[in-house]
Amino acid sequence: MEATQHLALAPNYILEFTYLVASILFVFGLKGLSHPDTARRGMFLAEGGMAAAIIGTLFHQDIQFFGWIIAGLILGSLVGAAFAIWVPMTAMPQRTALSHAFGAVAAALVGIAEFTMHHETMSLFTRSALGLEVMLGTLTTTGSLIACGKLQGVIRGTPIQFKGQQYLNMLIFLSMAGCFGYSLYHPMASLVFYGMCALGLLFGVMLVIPIGSADMPVVMSLLNSYAGLSSAATGFVLGNNILIIAGTLDGFSGFILSILMCKAMNRSITNVLFGGFGAVHHDAGPGAKGEMREISLDDAAVRLAYANKVVFVPGYGLATAQAQHAVRDLANALEDRGVTVKYGIHPVAGRMPGHMNVLLAEANVPYDELYEMDRINPEMASTDVAVVVGANDVVNPDARDNANSPIAGMPIIEVDRAKSVIVLKRGQGRGFSGLENPLFFKSVTSMLYGDAKSSLSQLAQEVKKV
Amino acid sequence: MTTESSGSSMDPMVLIAALYVFALAAFLGYQVISRVPPLLHTPLMSATNAISGISLVGSLVIAGAYEFNGHKLLAGGVGSKPSWVTLMGFVAVFTATVNVVSGFGLTDRMLKMFRRDTGKKEVKKA
Repeated sequence: MEATQHLALAPNYILEFTYLVASILFVFGLKGLSHPDTARRGMFLAEGGMAAAIIGTLFHQDIQFFGWIIAGLILGSLVGAAFAIWVPMTAMPQRTALSHAFGAVAAALVGIAEFTMHHETMSLFTRSALGLEVMLGTLTTTGSLIACGKLQGVIRGTPIQFKGQQYLNMLIFLSMAGCFGYSLYHPMASLVFYGMCALGLLFGVMLVIPIGSADMPVVMSLLNSYAGLSSAATGFVLGNNILIIAGTLDGFSGFILSILMCKAMNRSITNVLFGGFGAVHHDAGPGAKGEMREISLDDAAVRLAYANKVVFVPGYGLATAQAQHAVRDLANALEDRGVTVKYGIHPVAGRMPGHMNVLLAEANVPYDELYEMDRINPEMASTDVAVVVGANDVVNPDARDNANSPIAGMPIIEVDRAKSVIVLKRGQGRGFSGLENPLFFKSVTSMLYGDAKSSLSQLAQEVKKV
Repeated sequence: MTTESSGSSMDPMVLIAALYVFALAAFLGYQVISRVPPLLHTPLMSATNAISGISLVGSLVIAGAYEFNGHKLLAGGVGSKPSWVTLMGFVAVFTATVNVVSGFGLTDRMLKMFRRDTGKKEVKKA
């Protein structure tokens, strides 16, 4: 009879106590992340909790065959360790998207397995939790894989849109919800349930393909939230509190990050998901006119070397050019001359929350030189040179000045208030969002064309010579 | 111990307790996570990812509860179910383990990089 037994954990006080301790350690671990100094210690606590929970579970009474478990644990540890050691910091967004997919796969498979073995005996409530778990799990799996593909450049980063897309998506969503509703009251209809899984996979693809790369920070946070909630639903299905707690923490973390990212773009979540932002806007008002002034390397180096205060404003271009170390070299050369150097970080700069901070930390920039948008803006007027490295929309003054701009109202780093601005840019083209940036035509702005990394290292050389 | 163990989530009291846990965890999560500075948002995402890899405890039970039988798997039908479930459990154990190991590993690698300005300011003042 063992094999037909439901997998929900029967009371096992030692195991339950281990889970309780692990849950508390998880919360302490996340609490540690409120400051860089306590963060690592916090994570050690969380790791301890995780190890205890896993080892405790291996003694679970329902586990009788260890072959596949050991194979999964060993293979997973090897692949996980390879990721942990070799994934470059510039690839963190892709890696994170992939891990959302992995987490969602695990939750979805646990749900499908539970359904396969026990759908005859489940209560209505368990069936609803299971349905939610599997829907969230499947759509997060494919959605995250698409996001990962876009970030890695395997799939076109610009929005993929076609006529009637929103109606088609609505149809898929309603069919999925219909299958869910039907299977709640017809537990024996396994085909409907598996159909719901397939629709979930399809819906995940359709949800993410129309979203442009520039909106990835929001999408990543939302998928983070779905993956977490899917785990929490697993907890309801298995009657396992630690899954509910950990999944909820993950889900809420993603939810809070999504809201923060949306605020930083002055847009609603629905607008990000269904707006197809990042498609080229041809009707973006009159567009900025005028000439861009180019600056030579020598002139730029002299201007930087004789400045009192320089602020670097990085964007996704910093990551694509892998220029974080070059920025640091230039900053070092400037600091050796007594120039005050700060970094202004916009919340949605890059492709995931906090992306720029991690890159600059990798290049040994001390974190007290990294300033959030609200802290750097008041300092802009006293800044001699603001250097924009691969950022575009986050410094676009149209967001502030032009009410007709598609990004109107988005908070920006106001580099145009600085005494002068140097923009490092690959060429004269528009940014990812396809918006014209009037900053480039302002009288304070000079353009330095070329690959950001080589421009920055040459600037560092020149500054040392001045 | 046959089907009544599936009652753990059928029992209304257990269900209500689970909802309490969910509500309190949501509240706690909101309080704790809204204090994380934007500086550490990438490590936060990586850490919560690793933590939600706790779904591994569910996957382990599924991967180890039933006997895997290759012949029955290929024969199909009801008899193949336990073997299919074991395979699903195996994949879930694999992906959850990858998340736990790489999530904590990368979080630590990132957090090691965050450091304060050490000494340079004093040199400049001198």
